[in-house]
Amino acid sequence: MADIAVHDEHTHHEGYEDHTPHATSTGLSNNKLAMWLFLGSECLLFGGLIATYMLYRGRHEGGPAPDQIFDIPLTSVSSFILLMSSLTMVLAVNSAKRKDDRNTNLWLVVTALLGALFVGGQVYEFTAFYQEGLGFTTSLFGSSFYTLTGFHGVHVTLGIIMLLALAAIITRDRITGDKAEVVELVGLYWHFVDVVWVIIFTLVYLIPA
Amino acid sequence: MSSTTEHVEDAAAEGEHHGHDGHVPSDGYFIKIAIILAIVTALETSTYWWPEGAQSWAIPALLIMMAIKFFMIVSIFMHLKFDSKIFSFMFYTGLVLAIFVYMVFLFTFQYFRS
Repeated sequence: MADIAVHDEHTHHEGYEDHTPHATSTGLSNNKLAMWLFLGSECLLFGGLIATYMLYRGRHEGGPAPDQIFDIPLTSVSSFILLMSSLTMVLAVNSAKRKDDRNTNLWLVVTALLGALFVGGQVYEFTAFYQEGLGFTTSLFGSSFYTLTGFHGVHVTLGIIMLLALAAIITRDRITGDKAEVVELVGLYWHFVDVVWVIIFTLVYLIPA
Repeated sequence: MSSTTEHVEDAAAEGEHHGHDGHVPSDGYFIKIAIILAIVTALETSTYWWPEGAQSWAIPALLIMMAIKFFMIVSIFMHLKFDSKIFSFMFYTGLVLAIFVYMVFLFTFQYFRS
């Protein structure tokens, strides 16, 4: 009876597909709730990595110091690219809510490409740092820097895989449930990765040790 | 039975009220937000070239700009502003817990002493 009552309330929405959650005790989508819980726990993971970096960034004996190797203009361009990928992601979510599969796929692929550009910039940066003498075990600064930014890079890479997989699934029309919600969930992950970089860019690169 | 039904109906109505389909901002709105974020990022980057005398202002300015960008992305791009308060609770609980735990960690290791 409760299921029917809830279903009736969510049946029709003008201009949008019925992508409201199934009846739950909260009236909210369990998938979305789980994603927010996951992102909350990710704050603890990245908080630990950032705090460790802050503690060790001055410990660069035997290797280059942060201000000797950081290339701020390059990192600024990377940050701008990742920021713009958040815009394209939100445009993908909006397109999905309008049931516009063509634009949803377009924006998902553009977001993945921007993410790939960011990861490419990070690989270039790591290579340049290594050639300048900063290896993973060179100093505590090097270890904590590579661990923090490497973990973030892995998150971005996983996000790119998710975006491309989602675009492929939408193209084949293989999503049986709420398509807009699936796009939104991947979008939440992507924006979180962006928001973590906002913090890393300021605390690691811009604030001098 | 009826009270349970009413409870679920109320919760569902609230979810719909705050839910993502209750308020969907236009593409133009998101583009405006992205432009603001890009400007703030440019301002952040400009602090790198600030003169030596102005560097003491750089750190507070950077922290403020970082917070502005963080909350704009989380509340607007991630829709927390338009969604159910339960999602905000889930996320901010993790964030506040992380800040508390790692501030204690940094104080323990006397990070702020120097």
